[in-house]
Amino acid sequence: MELFTPDFGLIFWMFVAFGVLFLVLWKFAWPIILKTVDSRAELIDKGVEYAQNAKEQLDNARREAETYLNEARRQQADILRDADKMKTQIIEQARQAAQVEAQKVMDNAKLQIQQQQKEAQQQFRNQVSEFALAIAGKVVHRQMEEDNAQNQLVDSLLDEIEKKN
Amino acid sequence: MSIDRNMKRLYTILTVFLLSAFAGFSAYCSEATDSASQEKLNPKEIIFEHLGDAYGWEVPFDHHHRIPLPVIVYGTDGFHCFSSSHITGGETYDDNGHLFCLAPYGSPHEGKVVEIVDGKEVRPIDISITKNVAALIISVLLVAGLLLWLAAFHRRNKFKAPRKGLGAIEALVTFIYDGVIKPTLGPQARKFAPYLVTVFFFILAMNLLGLIVIFPGGANLTGNIAVTLVLSVITFLVTNLMANKHYWKEIFWPEVPIWLKCPIPIMQVIEVFGMFTKPAALTVRLFANMMGGHMIVITLTLLIFIFSAVSPAAGGGATVVSLIFSIFMLLIDVLVSFIQAYVFTMLSTIFISLAQEHEHTKEAHEVEEALQSELAQGPLVEKH
Repeated sequence: MELFTPDFGLIFWMFVAFGVLFLVLWKFAWPIILKTVDSRAELIDKGVEYAQNAKEQLDNARREAETYLNEARRQQADILRDADKMKTQIIEQARQAAQVEAQKVMDNAKLQIQQQQKEAQQQFRNQVSEFALAIAGKVVHRQMEEDNAQNQLVDSLLDEIEKKN
Repeated sequence: MSIDRNMKRLYTILTVFLLSAFAGFSAYCSEATDSASQEKLNPKEIIFEHLGDAYGWEVPFDHHHRIPLPVIVYGTDGFHCFSSSHITGGETYDDNGHLFCLAPYGSPHEGKVVEIVDGKEVRPIDISITKNVAALIISVLLVAGLLLWLAAFHRRNKFKAPRKGLGAIEALVTFIYDGVIKPTLGPQARKFAPYLVTVFFFILAMNLLGLIVIFPGGANLTGNIAVTLVLSVITFLVTNLMANKHYWKEIFWPEVPIWLKCPIPIMQVIEVFGMFTKPAALTVRLFANMMGGHMIVITLTLLIFIFSAVSPAAGGGATVVSLIFSIFMLLIDVLVSFIQAYVFTMLSTIFISLAQEHEHTKEAHEVEEALQSELAQGPLVEKH
């Protein structure tokens, strides 16, 4: 049967046609097509890997940023607390210093007042003694105007000295 | 709305079928007038004419005019080349004193070009561009054109994926390359891929062109045993010429009990036989599938004429039935075209990869070692 007996002409042309087709494609089509297909697949794989890495890194960075932020918040709170403490401390210190100073001033003032008091007393005493002397002088002067009285006094005074001795 | 549209569609379909039923009448009429002048309808002859080769390419709606193709023959004194239109009508052509004609019905070379030497028919070496060869050239041009176009696209755009038509071609390339060749051949994929993908596209183009009934198609190429034979011979050559030492050792000194191979070479005979059954299976599978598809569609079409010869009503009925079945079969054939191209490529890949395999004794050793080390590590892992 004709269907089952291969025809020589067709076999010949088939070899020629397939040979030509294969050589042409092998030379001009397949290297570039297969290379592109392969390298594109690789590129896509790499791209996916890269994207995954990037996502991971982003997540890491976000987590890191969060920890930094938390750290910063903690530090901020610490600083605020410290500052508060320091403030009260400073105020306390200032108050103490002021108290000490005030005490000093008061003490000084007291001392001065005492001194002045003393001085005043001294003055007053001096003045009093002056007045007393003056008065006494005047009194004595008037009493000594009489000779009797003067003698009497000298006597009494001498008596007195005698008694003492 | 949708019901309306569906009704319209239904009417359209019914009209088409009614018209096709009337086509049965016209077929009957033409049959009636033809049968008066010509011999009776011979389905077998028509089927084999459509499945076989021819020196001209028939055009639709015209039984007598054919597209002339060059006849190239190496006769008793050298090459002769002339147009097939000189002989397809049954004439004898005189080319510089040498007479050529188509061998008549009943001759051993029936339908082929013969040289008449001293009143006897002598078959010359015939490398004419027949209908099949012309279809072959068209397929080659089509495949080469499409793939060079794809290559040009890739050369222009580095990593851009093509869209639309080119994208479909590339999808087929990656379907075969990534889906069949790479998993089977592994690191050697790049080496054999040009041959295998070319084979795939070539077979697919020939298959699909064969399904188009008018001029650029219609040739039953992959349903011709010469074509499939050449393709599988090439696969056979690639398989055996590129085979490694281990492949030949497996054929001539396989690892079986010595009595199976030494005094009487039983295994060797089986293995060598196996070398040839593989391409034979490839040849017959593609050939039978594609020829079967063509034959069924032609037979279904011929049913119209066979039934019309009986009665117009039967012809009308047969038209409707055969139209439905023809469309169904042609759709199946589109699927089969693709599947057969795929299967041929896949089997070629497997045959080639079998000849590229490394010694499995070594692999077995490796596997064993790996297993043992795993067993040794097993308890440790469990302890952890």
